[in-house]
Amino acid sequence: MSVLHIVNKSPYDRYSLDTCLRLARPDSAVLLIEDGIYAALKNAAASERVQQALENHQIYALEPDLQARGINPDNMIDGISLVDYDGFVKLTTDYDKSQSWL
Amino acid sequence: MATKKFLYINRKAPHGSIYAQESLEVVLIAAAFEQDVSLAFVDDGVYQLMQNQDTAALGSKNFSPTYRALGDYEVNKIYVEQESLELRGLAKDDLMPLVYEDEDDDWAEKDSIHVVSSAELAEIIEQQDVILNF
Amino acid sequence: MKFGILVNEGPYTHQASDTAYHFTAAALRAGHEIVRVFFYHDGVNNGTRLSVPPQDDRNISERWSELAKAHDVELILCVAAAQRRGLLDEDEARRAGKDSDNMAPGFQISGLGQLIDAGIQAERLIVFGD
Repeated sequence: MSVLHIVNKSPYDRYSLDTCLRLARPDSAVLLIEDGIYAALKNAAASERVQQALENHQIYALEPDLQARGINPDNMIDGISLVDYDGFVKLTTDYDKSQSWL
Repeated sequence: MATKKFLYINRKAPHGSIYAQESLEVVLIAAAFEQDVSLAFVDDGVYQLMQNQDTAALGSKNFSPTYRALGDYEVNKIYVEQESLELRGLAKDDLMPLVYEDEDDDWAEKDSIHVVSSAELAEIIEQQDVILNF
Repeated sequence: MKFGILVNEGPYTHQASDTAYHFTAAALRAGHEIVRVFFYHDGVNNGTRLSVPPQDDRNISERWSELAKAHDVELILCVAAAQRRGLLDEDEARRAGKDSDNMAPGFQISGLGQLIDAGIQAERLIVFGD
């Protein structure tokens, strides 16, 4: 499989998520970590963009980062999958390479 | 030693933080490893290539002339994303001319900078073995 | 699978170093090989043995040292980035005429070539930073 894109910035702070989605080919995946997990929330300004992205990409969020930030998984956009650090490692092996949008 | 395709994606403006400068140091070292090296400038990274940078009044090192030396290190695949330029009201003419001498073409001087669309850059990212983001 | 890890931020200020640590530990748990953890930019600050975090917080550099010891993981600080930021091993301190070194156990200073080499040797290079 292709690229695992890793986004660690809030979509309300930087352009990382937009740039990532602009440069991510349809079969690539996106993993939200650290402050990037705020993009996983429903009913927010970035939600529609993320929902659209789900049509072309698998999107994952790192659960320990969600928990740390007090985000209830019920408030996440449907279709985003949660992974722990073991799942993060697994994703990096499932995809050929990773690109961290720092 | 196996040759891999390395892409260095530069997304940060110079001078406000050290990332651009230290990333350039990586690229210069990488050139000695005879790998297939490409550079991409995206988002504020395009500001790294602006003409007429002068850090004299800051007292910091002006590393921008080093980009011009990349051609001598056989780093000559430099991709600048069109959308990033446009968003910032920039055009290729605002950037430093970066050139290399093509040994396969009687050392003709050629342009290292390729302004590419997002779709083209997405394709280039896909073709890499190792991607480093600074 | 063989992994290379690049850490571009120092401890405590940014989460990058924590995430890199948890990823590296998880990769080792899964039986993967860590070719090298390379510390660049402010990431070199992970290698100080002089940090004294409060008792109720994690000790980030100690945690890296323990991981290196338990799994024989190579922890490399970029020499140029380390010199700029005052991270010195015994040799570097002597050469630069400084009165002390501050390298934590398990960390070594080496050139940027080690980063490129990690990219060549490893099947995956994962970058953590800000």
